[in-house]
Amino acid sequence: MITAPTIEYFALAPLLIIFGAAIIGVLVEAFAPRYLRRAVHVPLTLLSLVGAFALVILQTVRGVPTTPAAMGSVAVDGPTLFIWGTILVLSFVSVLLINDEEQFVPSAAAVPGSAEEEKAITEGAAHTEVYPLALFAIGGMLLFPASNDLLIMFVALEVMSLPLYLLCGLARRRRLLSQEASVKYFLLGAFSSAFFLYGTALLYGFAGTVDLLGIRERLAVGGGGTETLLLVGTAMLGVGLLFKIGAAPFQAWKPDVYQGAPTPITALMASGTLVAAFGAVLRVFWVALGNDSWNWEPIMWGVAALTMVAGSILAITQTDIKRMLAYSSIAHAGFLLVGVMAVGERGQNALALSGLLFYLVTYGITTVGAFAIVTLVRDPGGEAWHLSRWAGLGKRSPKLAGLFAFFLLAFAGIPLTSGFFGKYAVFRSAVALGEAWLTGLVVLAVVASAAAAFFYVRVIVLMFFSDPSADGPTVVTPSWATSTVVGFSAFATVALGVFPQPVLDLAEKAAKSLFVQ
Amino acid sequence: MELYAPILVLAVLGAGFAVFSVSIAPFTGPKRWNRAKLDAYECGIDPTPQPIGGGRFPLKYMITAMLFIVFDIEIIFLYPWAVAFDKLGVFGLVEMVLFIVTVLVAYAYVWRRRGLDWD
Repeated sequence: MITAPTIEYFALAPLLIIFGAAIIGVLVEAFAPRYLRRAVHVPLTLLSLVGAFALVILQTVRGVPTTPAAMGSVAVDGPTLFIWGTILVLSFVSVLLINDEEQFVPSAAAVPGSAEEEKAITEGAAHTEVYPLALFAIGGMLLFPASNDLLIMFVALEVMSLPLYLLCGLARRRRLLSQEASVKYFLLGAFSSAFFLYGTALLYGFAGTVDLLGIRERLAVGGGGTETLLLVGTAMLGVGLLFKIGAAPFQAWKPDVYQGAPTPITALMASGTLVAAFGAVLRVFWVALGNDSWNWEPIMWGVAALTMVAGSILAITQTDIKRMLAYSSIAHAGFLLVGVMAVGERGQNALALSGLLFYLVTYGITTVGAFAIVTLVRDPGGEAWHLSRWAGLGKRSPKLAGLFAFFLLAFAGIPLTSGFFGKYAVFRSAVALGEAWLTGLVVLAVVASAAAAFFYVRVIVLMFFSDPSADGPTVVTPSWATSTVVGFSAFATVALGVFPQPVLDLAEKAAKSLFVQ
Repeated sequence: MELYAPILVLAVLGAGFAVFSVSIAPFTGPKRWNRAKLDAYECGIDPTPQPIGGGRFPLKYMITAMLFIVFDIEIIFLYPWAVAFDKLGVFGLVEMVLFIVTVLVAYAYVWRRRGLDWD
């Protein structure tokens, strides 16, 4: 008789709720009549997110578990719960944006401009699969940073990515661009997954286990003649993970995909996926490879420096608002990597971790708000992406332009916005180590932030200090959902910029328990 | 090395059978040619002559192939479970039912969305 594995259902409940709701969503797609589907999907999706969030809160209140769940494969610890809460909030607001039916194509399989597409439009077809697909992606995002085992992490990576590849191709306007984004993301994503998987195999060869804690123990013991397996495995794993966060030199997909994807999906990817991927990066590099930091830190240093410089400089040359925000996201990934470096047995783990967690919250919320505003500025052929179309927007609709300017300032990290405290918390933890090479990286990050501030301010100047063209884009009246998202993001960006302490405390409390080790 | 001997024997037997069957078929098989027999095997697409610009091909086969993979994977999971059923007990049964239900959901989706209709 094989003993049945023990599964901590309570600890895994948020995951089970999201995946369960996603499966119910597929059944709704199969059996509900077309006119009812949206009416069922929207409450189902939002309620499952709220339910999962409530369970995360309940677990935090009842005390964070100290041992990994499900036979050591999923670690539901302080940081995981914090990241879960963040992802669920960001997903909730992103789903509110997805709720805007204008964004999605009636029939993605139809060739753009063909008779089939016409027919789908007149029939009132709609891709309500968007909701279950988004839920599957969100479920993957939750599992990705919580996995305590490289194989579970790979499965989570795929569960997260596959629905996103599809969702990218569903934009209603500029169909060809959207399909191009989808194919590019799929091919490059599959390629990077292969790297991740091969890295997993090599690390298994080194440690004899795929368990993160097992790899950690193996490194602590030291010795052995399989150093090559460790180094090549770490590099491969790093490629797979750094691809997902869009760090240079693996950033090429980000602008294309962020631009082509439907804007609500871009918001979900830019916020939720980034948070999840950073959680996974931390888990691999701090938990599994924490004892090996002298091997990977120099490379990570280079990647972080390259990422922030490339993101900041390439963003200056952009003429498209979505591509500019994508490069901004790359630059922010570079700033976040500074926090990843502040690791090791040097007593700064909790400080760095809480800084990173806080940065992820602030960046995610501001990003969703910024993309929500992008959905509102429209030309006859869809959203107005070209920066020249945004000229003089401040004179035509000052409220909207003012909010967008505020989000851009938060990206730049101006004091009194959440972005400032995010950057401050991460950079402080790196400087606190008192090591010259890390302090140097922080100096580079501050310089890159200044360069990045240039292109944010350029957009603000364009919006407020140039004359609007006669045939400028129209600003549509936002739906209640979009207004809620913009309002929430703006409120949170102010609140976290003025009173960051409650969330900082929460992040610190989460970071104190560190990752299960 | 003795451990690998059975695998080697199996490989030799397998290769021998394949070579034998393929080489004997032209001599022993009946030759009643018709249009269907001269068609491309199973995939329904004429490889020659190539239409200009690559042409378009029906997706029917791809959907069928993808469905086949879904059920194929299901069988791959069912086999070891069935072999060790008495050892896995109730837990194994519940897990397997859950797994089959999720595959069934995908199946129901494909069926309701007319993915199983040929035309």
